[in-house]
Parts: sequence; C-alpha cells; structure tokens
Amino acid sequence: MGTEKLHEFVEKLKGENAGWIGDVKEAFGEVTITVPRESITEVCTSLRDNHGFDLLADLCGADRGPEEDPRFEVNYHLFSTIHYNRLRLKVVLSEDDPHAASVEPLWKTANWHERETYDLFGVIFDGHPDLRRILLPSEFDGHALRKDYPLRGYEPYSLS
Amino acid sequence: MGLENTLFESLPDVVTVKLDAVINWARKSSLWPATFGLACCAIEMMNTVSARNDLSRFGAETFRASPRQADVMIVSGRVSRKMAPVLRRIYDQMPEPKWVISMGACATSGGVFDNYAIVQGVDKIVPVDIYVPGCPPRPEMLVHAIMMLQDKIMKESYKDRRDTIEAESRVSLVPGTLPVTEGTALERETEIEVAQNKASRPYTVPSRHEKRRSS
Repeated sequence: MGTEKLHEFVEKLKGENAGWIGDVKEAFGEVTITVPRESITEVCTSLRDNHGFDLLADLCGADRGPEEDPRFEVNYHLFSTIHYNRLRLKVVLSEDDPHAASVEPLWKTANWHERETYDLFGVIFDGHPDLRRILLPSEFDGHALRKDYPLRGYEPYSLS
Repeated sequence: MGLENTLFESLPDVVTVKLDAVINWARKSSLWPATFGLACCAIEMMNTVSARNDLSRFGAETFRASPRQADVMIVSGRVSRKMAPVLRRIYDQMPEPKWVISMGACATSGGVFDNYAIVQGVDKIVPVDIYVPGCPPRPEMLVHAIMMLQDKIMKESYKDRRDTIEAESRVSLVPGTLPVTEGTALERETEIEVAQNKASRPYTVPSRHEKRRSS
C-alpha cells in the first residue's frame, strides 16, 4: 500500500499550520511526523476532529541513550477506524526538561499509556490527572527502561 | 472396612504415645496448600494434583483459596518486587503451623531473571522449608518435596509452632509490608517512624544467596 494518502494528511496539516510539522520520515510504508513539543495537543486535536484519526493505538517512550540530545522520544501511534490509515507522531525531549503535554483529555486510553511512559522513562506529562507509577512498585527508585539504569537496580532488594 | 477389626485384634484398647508424634502425624497427613500460582511452575503444581500424579495420596490435595485455611504455601514461580509485599501478607495471614515450599529455580534464587524486577529468592521475604530445583520441576519432584516436608514435620515439636500473640503479630505487620498502592496513610506513617528511628523496616537482612554474590 502506498503512502500517498498519508502524505495528503501531512500536507493538510501543513496547510493548517506550517509550524506543526518538523520532520517527515517515510519507512516501511509508514509515515512519521516529528512534532514540536508545544503543539502536540493541537496537532492531535486537529487529526482527531478534522482528519478522522479517532483512535490512539499506542503511546510509548524511547530512550536514545544518555549521550544523545534530545534524549527521549514519545511516540503517538494514531489509527483511523474510518479510513484505516495509521500515522505516527513523534515528540523529542531533552534530558533536562522531559516534559510533554498530556493527550489524556483527547483519548482516555492515554491515561495508562502515559503513566507507563512516566514509570519506565521518567517523562512527565503535564496536565495528566493521575501521573503515578503503574507497572513498577510505588517505592521504586529510578526509571527502569532508561539506558543508564543498571540491570539489577540501584540497590539490592529489601522488603520495605 | 476390615482394618479396624485387625487393629482391635492386634492392639490393646489403650495406646500410650508421645503427643508430638500424634499431632505431627495428624499435621503431616493432611497438609493443605494455599493456592498461590505465580508463573509456569503453577502449571506443574496443578498437574501434581491431577489424576496422573495424584497428590491426594499424601493428603495434600486440598488447595485452599484462603490463606487462613492453609498450612503450606507453595511459591510456584518468580516473585516480582511488586508481588513481594502481597506474598508476605498472604504468609502472615496463614495461621500456625505453616510451612513454605519454594518451587523452581526462580522462587529459590531468581533463576534466569537476575534483574531489578524479580526478587532474588523468596527466602528474602518468608522463611522457606523446602527448596525444589528445576525449571520447572517435574510433578514428581513436588511430590518428593511434600514427602520431605512430611518427614521434617515429624521431627518438629508442637510447642515451636504456636501462633504469635495477637499484639505481637500486629506489630510485625506495621512497617511497610501492607501498602500495595501508593500514598496510603500507613506508608507515610511508617516512613516518618523510620526517619525518626522509632521503627525499622523488617526483613532487610540479605539472604545467604545475596551475600555470596556480593563477596
């Protein structure tokens, strides 16, 4: 399947606001748009309300490594149940300021996905109603999926 | 059934015996395990109860859904750090006498999961009576573990197996073992007490396993 349809959406978004689109990548029949951190909520709102991307299929974080800047990524995998297209949005964050706007008001499913990303990568989602750990124990030290997190943890286990 | 007749013919009406022997015999003959499957070892544990291996031959087939009715906790599988306080709580809810079987490599030592998420041996949380090696152990090995536990029970004294006094057991529950979710009042109180050196978090002693690795 070609990606012409997806590039149409990119062009439409550009028409709405050129500042929304940072970098567009195409690989394996998928299109990824890098979005500036400030405008992720607006882009998501537009895609959901005007372009039929009504489902947030996944939201996940990624760590490029402590030597990289920007270090963290947050990936938004959008899907449309109307025209069956998939689009990926990407927000890159620096290590010093890992804040991103929450899309929980748009898709309720983002609630747990953002908690998971916060839990494992330490990305803080501003505007999230209940941002706390979801997978790891609440007293856990650090963020386990960061590249510089030691495999055995910072301290030996004790039941406390 | 015929057995009674034989007994009455061959034995006198009154038999004297050590109380320990009778009580231990009764205990070992009807061990009730708590249903506590954690991972793939639990499948083998279920198999142990099934018709082919038939754990009921040794009186231990009655898996109870409530820890308050159970004697043996078979920790079957890896214990994650998040599950650890839950496991300890279930253990604390079991009345004396109680025993623990650590089933499989993961429960015994963490197994292949040498990482931040898995407790490296359940003996850091609860005292273990029998360790069963294997990944997973065959049902025969679990049956063997039950039989070893029965031998061990026969060597015990009922005096060593009394319930802790209620007040004492409550105190042992307070520091840190209960809260599973974040931000409970109990957790905060415990943290304050620990900070003021009024209480200590229990079970922080590393197991032999941990000591050996660090040295």
